[in-house]
Amino acid sequence: MADRHPLFMPLIFVGGLIFGFGLAFSHMARPEVVLDFLQFTDFGLLFVMFGAAIVSGIAFATMPRLRDRAPLTGRPYGRRLKSFDRNVLIGGAIFGVGWGLSGICPGAAYASLGIGNITILWALAGMFAGAYVQGRWRSHRSASKAAATGAD
Amino acid sequence: MPAELVAQSVVADPFPNGVYRYAVGGLLVGLGAVVIYLGTGIPAGASTFLESTLSYVSDQSRFQQYLGSRDWRVVFTLGIILGAAVYAVFWQRGAWTTDVQPWRLLIGGVFVGIGTRIGKGCTSGHGVCGVGSASKTSIVGVITFLTVAIVTAQLVQAMGVSP
Repeated sequence: MADRHPLFMPLIFVGGLIFGFGLAFSHMARPEVVLDFLQFTDFGLLFVMFGAAIVSGIAFATMPRLRDRAPLTGRPYGRRLKSFDRNVLIGGAIFGVGWGLSGICPGAAYASLGIGNITILWALAGMFAGAYVQGRWRSHRSASKAAATGAD
Repeated sequence: MPAELVAQSVVADPFPNGVYRYAVGGLLVGLGAVVIYLGTGIPAGASTFLESTLSYVSDQSRFQQYLGSRDWRVVFTLGIILGAAVYAVFWQRGAWTTDVQPWRLLIGGVFVGIGTRIGKGCTSGHGVCGVGSASKTSIVGVITFLTVAIVTAQLVQAMGVSP
């Protein structure tokens, strides 16, 4: 967008830097450490997830009360709320199979590349392939739905 | 050795590597998300990058909804990679590679790619920003993928697959 605030991209980048450094520091970028948690030999991941959710929770709870809109976008401060439907359960279960099999989730996979883990490209290739497959499927499904309603 | 037997019979230490790295790392992950939220109002997740980036190379209608956000999502992901690289250079002192077998990474990745997109988020979108928002959808999502992941990892281990 042409009218985007000049600090928008730099801020996104700095946020990503801190986010990725945190993933590496917490060792979540190492699939072995995630698998150790899922196999109940090291519960440290709980501290990562709750630590991160508490920090973001404070911001999500306080910012909407302090000001209406974000300075760089004019976007209103709100919480991350998504509608609940069957997809949350189906998609969550599919994601769970993948996470349990590989020990890798999207953010941690990008960070894993950053710590020099070239082998993680296998997981990244798989993620893009999976995202493409679901995108194709949903594109076709919405197209056939639109055609069906258009015929009515 | 009696000493080893005793060590094995005692309940294993739940935090064999301590909690410092996990707690500090987690706070920083949250801080990264908060920096973006404070400036932009966007609760950023990491998995949308997969779909939004595909819009550069595919004209499937599903990916077109991300035309407006795909460029900053690339910048966010480059930040994640470079932030981790800073850790690798100054703390880890060199590259680290996983021993988890490529077939596990590839097939697991495909499931992750399909699942996060259908399920509306991943460990950062649902787990950090969604749970931080006290979103019921995200809490249900996290419980779902955490439970299934634990069962999957235990089954894989029981079948003798390692690493």
